[in-house]
Amino acid sequence: MRPLRVLVAKPGLDGHDRGAKVVAQALRDAGMEVIYTGLKRTPEAIVAEAVQEDVDVVGLSILSGAHALLCERVVRGLKAAGGDRVKVAVGGTIPQADIPSLLEAGAWAVFPMGTPLPAIIQVFERLGRSADRADAC
Amino acid sequence: MTRDRKTRDVVLHSGIPVRPVYGPEDLASFDPARDLGVPGEYPFTRGIHPEMYRARVWTMRQYVGFGTPAESNGRFKYLMSHGQDALNVAFDLPTQLGLDSDDPRAAGEVGRVGMAVDSLADMEEAFDGIAADQVSVSFTINSMAAIVQAMYLVVAEKQGIRWDRIVTTPQNDILKEFVARGTWVYPVEPSLRLVADLAEFCARRAPRVNPISICGYHIREAGCTTAQEMAYGLAMAAAYTELLLRRGLPVDDFAPRLSFNFTCWGKIFEEVAKFRAGRRLYARMMKERFGAKNPKSMMFRSLIGGGGSAFTVQEPENNIVRGAYLALTAALSGAQTMALPTYDEAYTIPSSKAQLIALRTMQICAEESGVADTVDPLGGSYYVEALTQAMEGKILEELAHVETLGGFVEAVKSGALQAEVAREAYRFEQKVLSGEIPKVGVNRHVAQDGAGQSQDLELYRADPKVAEAQVAKLERLRRERDGRAVASALDRLRDAARGPGNLMEPILEAVRAYATLGEMAGALKDVFGEHKEPVRF
Repeated sequence: MRPLRVLVAKPGLDGHDRGAKVVAQALRDAGMEVIYTGLKRTPEAIVAEAVQEDVDVVGLSILSGAHALLCERVVRGLKAAGGDRVKVAVGGTIPQADIPSLLEAGAWAVFPMGTPLPAIIQVFERLGRSADRADAC
Repeated sequence: MTRDRKTRDVVLHSGIPVRPVYGPEDLASFDPARDLGVPGEYPFTRGIHPEMYRARVWTMRQYVGFGTPAESNGRFKYLMSHGQDALNVAFDLPTQLGLDSDDPRAAGEVGRVGMAVDSLADMEEAFDGIAADQVSVSFTINSMAAIVQAMYLVVAEKQGIRWDRIVTTPQNDILKEFVARGTWVYPVEPSLRLVADLAEFCARRAPRVNPISICGYHIREAGCTTAQEMAYGLAMAAAYTELLLRRGLPVDDFAPRLSFNFTCWGKIFEEVAKFRAGRRLYARMMKERFGAKNPKSMMFRSLIGGGGSAFTVQEPENNIVRGAYLALTAALSGAQTMALPTYDEAYTIPSSKAQLIALRTMQICAEESGVADTVDPLGGSYYVEALTQAMEGKILEELAHVETLGGFVEAVKSGALQAEVAREAYRFEQKVLSGEIPKVGVNRHVAQDGAGQSQDLELYRADPKVAEAQVAKLERLRRERDGRAVASALDRLRDAARGPGNLMEPILEAVRAYATLGEMAGALKDVFGEHKEPVRF
């Protein structure tokens, strides 16, 4: 079985990438193949890279508060580009109250601030195996 | 409960081991005349002023700004009416990156993490009723520092206030943005040119402007160690000093106005030692390496703010307690200016209540605790002096390591420094996970019944109407201004950027014509291009 391929991405304008890089290193240490996009990527660029790199999961890191809009655009973009099977996870400064609407918009998992790394790794591993969203979250 | 009687091993974030007891034998190589001196004198170990807080307590400067300029103006006045004595302005991300509020890339981000500024009109509104010669203002702005500072100079001009009367601190530390925080736009070299253009212009025309606030703070927030924070700050100070010396400015013409922005979260004594060692190393560097003669050129003047990453999303009210310790640490460290994160830091930008509590925390520390009664109250402690010496050694090691990476600017261009910081951030996270770094409410003393998780936290919610209002205002501005004057000012700016001259005059001219931030930043982008990030982690 090939290792899980993950794209860790920073959409939007927020330049705080400590969390994204920490998660990227943790996923890599857990045996996954991890690509990090760097800062300030547009949703379109992230979708294109996800499809081109044939990743299983896209992890979006957003701290600016613009998560609803950015997540929705990436999910929609993936569908349009034939990347339906790519699962999207969102992490960052995300209020509890926003989690249901992000899931509604098509995110498979949401990691608000304070989520421990082992929990994130576990969910990514499950995302890689499962075709069913209910299993993942 | 039985206690483990074996003494714990203690190693500080910087890698310095700590013994259970310190005594005179730990100060064998300590020379009070050389290493300590007296407060207000070279090498400034004990602080940069002779009487420190006895003469004047630190400036209280909370980081504020959100939504429209009008909303921010309201919050500025609210805090000043509660005893805050200076402003520290937060700009939204589109503003920090030179994008107008109607730029497609700005969608969802307008007014979110700071106030939106599209043109001079917004700065006029933000400072309406706040006289430019009555309050010192710092701007957390970097790649757009020259433009935002120019806007403020014109605001002062319109208020009838001479430029030599205004005191501002544009952050203008682009090197730090390349390593952490990420609000870079142009490639490294033209970015450095803009930093120098602003500093040079202010040294000549607005001499009370502090043109660069060198920020170890943000690099620490991105993950580096305590000693690295100071080392990187000193390395950046050296890089900017060299840049300005190459412009032909004498060191004593600009160095007295360089200032620093550092964090102080972590262990109290380690942080205090960091500042005491840093002041001494900076003074020596400016005197011995750069030949400064004016003692003011050797003073490490610092805004010390407790870093938000000290705070936890779990049991957020605990952050109020953490904030009080941060204020104490900053005071013991000899801060000139203090800012604290608010207890809701991990959630969103602060509510006015959270901001008032942070301000009151600093006021209680200053006026009730007695920490301000005497200068450097920890001076002479066996532990603190020994630790300050050990810290000095660590900082020098880190500085030497930066040299092996080719020096600070090269290490930024290659991404080597960014990778270093990311590795430290990961190491830190693993230590929190293992419990080696204790966090109450996170890895120690976690409430089992969920009682610690606040359900009734009063949080700031961004108003979606802010973006609409800002865009409508921008559209009106574009209709009403003299379009031809704007176009020719932008042409002149583009031409000037192609040549070697200082860009501040053409920027000021474009600002006066009400060119938008996006238009000015775009004109420079036409010439300079954009930074391509070396992605390493």
